[in-house]
Amino acid sequence: MSLAATLHERFANWALRTRPPEPTPIVLRQRRVYVLPTRAGLAFAVALLVMLIASINYNLGLGHALVFLLAGLGVVAILHTFRNLVGMTVDTGRADPVFAGETAHFGLLLHAVGDRRRIRVIVPDCSRTEVDIEAGATVEARVGVPALRRGWLALPRVTLETSYPLGLVRSWSYVAPGMRCLVYPQPAAEAPPLPAVAGDAGGRRFNHRGSEDFAGLRGHQPADSPCHVAWKTAARLDASAPLMTKQFAGAHGEILWIDWDAAPADDVETRLSILARWLLDAAAQGQTWGLRLPRGTLPPASGDPHLHACLKALALHEAG
Amino acid sequence: MKPVSSALDPVQCWWLLGCGAVALAPLAPHLPFWLSAAAAAALALRAWLIHSHQPAPSRWVLSLTVVPAVVAVVTQYRTLFGQNPGVALLVILLALKQLESGDRRDAFVVVLLCYFLLLSSLFYSQSIPSALGLTAAVTITTAALAAVGDSGQRPARLLRLAGLMLVQAIPLLLILFLLFPRVSGPLWGLPRDAFSAQSGLSDTMSPGSIGSLVLSDAMAFRVRFAGKPPPRNALYWRGPVLTLYDGTTWRAARFRVSQQLPYGQPDSREFAYEVTLEPHNKPWLFALEFPDRIPAGAVIASDYQLLSAGPVVQRMRYDVASRTGGVPGADESWSVLRLATSLPPGNPRAVGLAHTWRRHGESDAAILAEALAFFRRQRFTYTLDPPALGKDAVDEFLFDTRQGFCEHFAGAFVFVMRAAGVPARVVTGYQGGEINPIDGYLEVRQSDAHAWAEVWLAGRGWVRIDPTAQSFPQRIEQNLAAAIPAGDRLPLLMRPDWSWLRGMRQRWDALANGWNQWVLGYTPQRQRDFLAGLGMKSPDWRSMTAALTALCAAVLLVLTGWALHRRHRLDAAQTLWLRAAARLARRGLPRHPWEGCRDYAERVAGDRPEIAASIREIAALYARLRYGRADAGALDDLRSRVAAFRP
Repeated sequence: MSLAATLHERFANWALRTRPPEPTPIVLRQRRVYVLPTRAGLAFAVALLVMLIASINYNLGLGHALVFLLAGLGVVAILHTFRNLVGMTVDTGRADPVFAGETAHFGLLLHAVGDRRRIRVIVPDCSRTEVDIEAGATVEARVGVPALRRGWLALPRVTLETSYPLGLVRSWSYVAPGMRCLVYPQPAAEAPPLPAVAGDAGGRRFNHRGSEDFAGLRGHQPADSPCHVAWKTAARLDASAPLMTKQFAGAHGEILWIDWDAAPADDVETRLSILARWLLDAAAQGQTWGLRLPRGTLPPASGDPHLHACLKALALHEAG
Repeated sequence: MKPVSSALDPVQCWWLLGCGAVALAPLAPHLPFWLSAAAAAALALRAWLIHSHQPAPSRWVLSLTVVPAVVAVVTQYRTLFGQNPGVALLVILLALKQLESGDRRDAFVVVLLCYFLLLSSLFYSQSIPSALGLTAAVTITTAALAAVGDSGQRPARLLRLAGLMLVQAIPLLLILFLLFPRVSGPLWGLPRDAFSAQSGLSDTMSPGSIGSLVLSDAMAFRVRFAGKPPPRNALYWRGPVLTLYDGTTWRAARFRVSQQLPYGQPDSREFAYEVTLEPHNKPWLFALEFPDRIPAGAVIASDYQLLSAGPVVQRMRYDVASRTGGVPGADESWSVLRLATSLPPGNPRAVGLAHTWRRHGESDAAILAEALAFFRRQRFTYTLDPPALGKDAVDEFLFDTRQGFCEHFAGAFVFVMRAAGVPARVVTGYQGGEINPIDGYLEVRQSDAHAWAEVWLAGRGWVRIDPTAQSFPQRIEQNLAAAIPAGDRLPLLMRPDWSWLRGMRQRWDALANGWNQWVLGYTPQRQRDFLAGLGMKSPDWRSMTAALTALCAAVLLVLTGWALHRRHRLDAAQTLWLRAAARLARRGLPRHPWEGCRDYAERVAGDRPEIAASIREIAALYARLRYGRADAGALDDLRSRVAAFRP
């Protein structure tokens, strides 16, 4: 880490004054809002100096007034920019789980009373977004952070920055809300096919070949997975026709066990990836499945909540 | 929400174009025509590019354009340095930058250039109307700066924001303007072209030269007398003294200068006054005849003309005192008197007339009396439009046309005096002036320009003779308008039927004078006087800086208080609701953080049935005010209910 980066890190930690994570909602008080001129602001100051010298040299009384007015404008700009952040409330919003390798989006709820302002939300080296907050409104800023590893991804320290309205000064503050996002293991790109379906009680066994066992169509319901919509049928009909959902034979009665030991891999992460792929495939086929892990078992069920519970179990496997 | 991008959208481009146009407009009349036209063309091209969503021209095309533009400026002005070429280069820069501007950085450069150009427009005019125009232009430019940072904003709101910020900057402007230690410029030598366009008296006089000046209503100088002003017929403001005559033109002779008065003064009453002289690009200062105390830094010439150290290129103020009735020069040197009697050949009739006087009269004084009688007798016409005169101009004026203006009278009079052997010379300057009833200043305009004569009499010295006054005493007793025949050309404001206009003009002039004295003429001297008048002891730059810092800190404190105060302000309904909740909390029923207002009210109602109705009513009103549609009376209703709420 370079010297400048080290110093910046120290400054930011000092500036926050509490050990992250901070309790939310965070109200930005004036002691943690900083102001410095931007490069444009420095250029403005130099320009004013030149204009002042010209006014003195040519004895322009009105020129003096113009320069002093613009100097006053610069000072007022400092206050306006400062005011953008002071008193602003930062609260945590949604952070939907993502798969490793994707970008996790953290929602930060920014609320401000007073006039309109424009705030940049910055995670160093990751993301830079800009939000306009109208008077008295609450706006969600979505901060993207690359999710590299499975498990909990904590939102790093966020810089809230603004140079609104004139761009002459930059005002900023650091916030470190205790916000985290679940990162599922990355699904394996090439995984063995789903294991065989185990007969439940009656001993009836047959190989289930997944989606080939098409059983028929029924009317689409909003909760149905988009994967099961009969898109080809929909394409043949006209736009006003209702969507149909494909039903599969395997969706009824048989239970698929997705087993830690069944995954053909040596190391934990590869195994987790294969399991994640199987879970997604099983959900896509509308199966009912259970998950067996060394630490415990998730009883068979189907649907999105079950899928997410299973993926969460994988994500947190042997983590912390 | 959007990713941060620095490219400008069309609305921002329109803003930049607008502020460029606003900055260029006041300069256009002062630039060479080709440059104004080229800048306008560049702006029009930019407008077309924005309108048709075309990309800006590439950078190297623009760079190539710079070269011929700079060459053109050099060809126009013969130099790259100085005020006018500097402004021309800024204009070129702005025009090209307009075409280029593609991202925020370019936009910022454009805005800065606009501020520079607005300052440079003050080279040409600093009047009150220009100041009003400047205010509007600064507001628009600042709004453009705000638009660069905020694309989606409506123009009206940007203008309002810029206006608000500028209004907030006014206290700082006033403090800095009054207290920033002023340095008297120039810091370095001004380029020669700095002050090229000013009118006023010159150091030569030929027929028609003063007549053309008199048609101008422009201010020459303003005078504030310490006491009662002298009578109007004593208001002879001495300017260049013209001794040399070549048959058509009168010119100034060489003179010596000194800081000592070259004459003794009588014990007559002294008039002290302050003159605010408009720039005229010549070194002479004007004072009543004859100065008794000369202003600091000025000198007095051997022909009693007051001179400053250099050309008066900006409005200047000086204090001077005069005594009227003095007749200096009793011991005038022989060489000066010889020059004051020399004449070119020609004008035989005038010379003949003078010779007859010389033959009749014994003394110079007697000859003078003859000449004055001649000027009273001849039926002259006082006019601004005299017929053109030929080779023997004096003869033609005295005997043929007999129409002329003060320079004809003074010139002819001095000519005949010299022809009779009496030393005489022409004095130019201003005669009279008008008291502005609004602010009490005596205003002397170019239309008061005048020429009179001075005759040297042995034992007495130089005696002022006004030949115009001999023929047309109204000119001196009243003004030009009284002396000129009805229907003749007159300066607009001297026309008798335009008195209402003159009243307005007087008000305006008083305003402009206040502006000149306090804004444009706020010099180091005036600053010290003003601050001393406010009670500041020995106002030097140290005490001024200290006061400046203290006052700026105070203003900043107030502004910061405003900035932070607004942050924590709750709306009225919320304040009332919290007051009611605080009263309940004191009775042991605090609101839980997770409770909404209705839930809280229900819980309170359950615990304390006797106040159930009032707390339900208050909660319902509050909910309506905060989250729903409330009518106008709801807030007052809530206020009275909370006031009466005693749990």
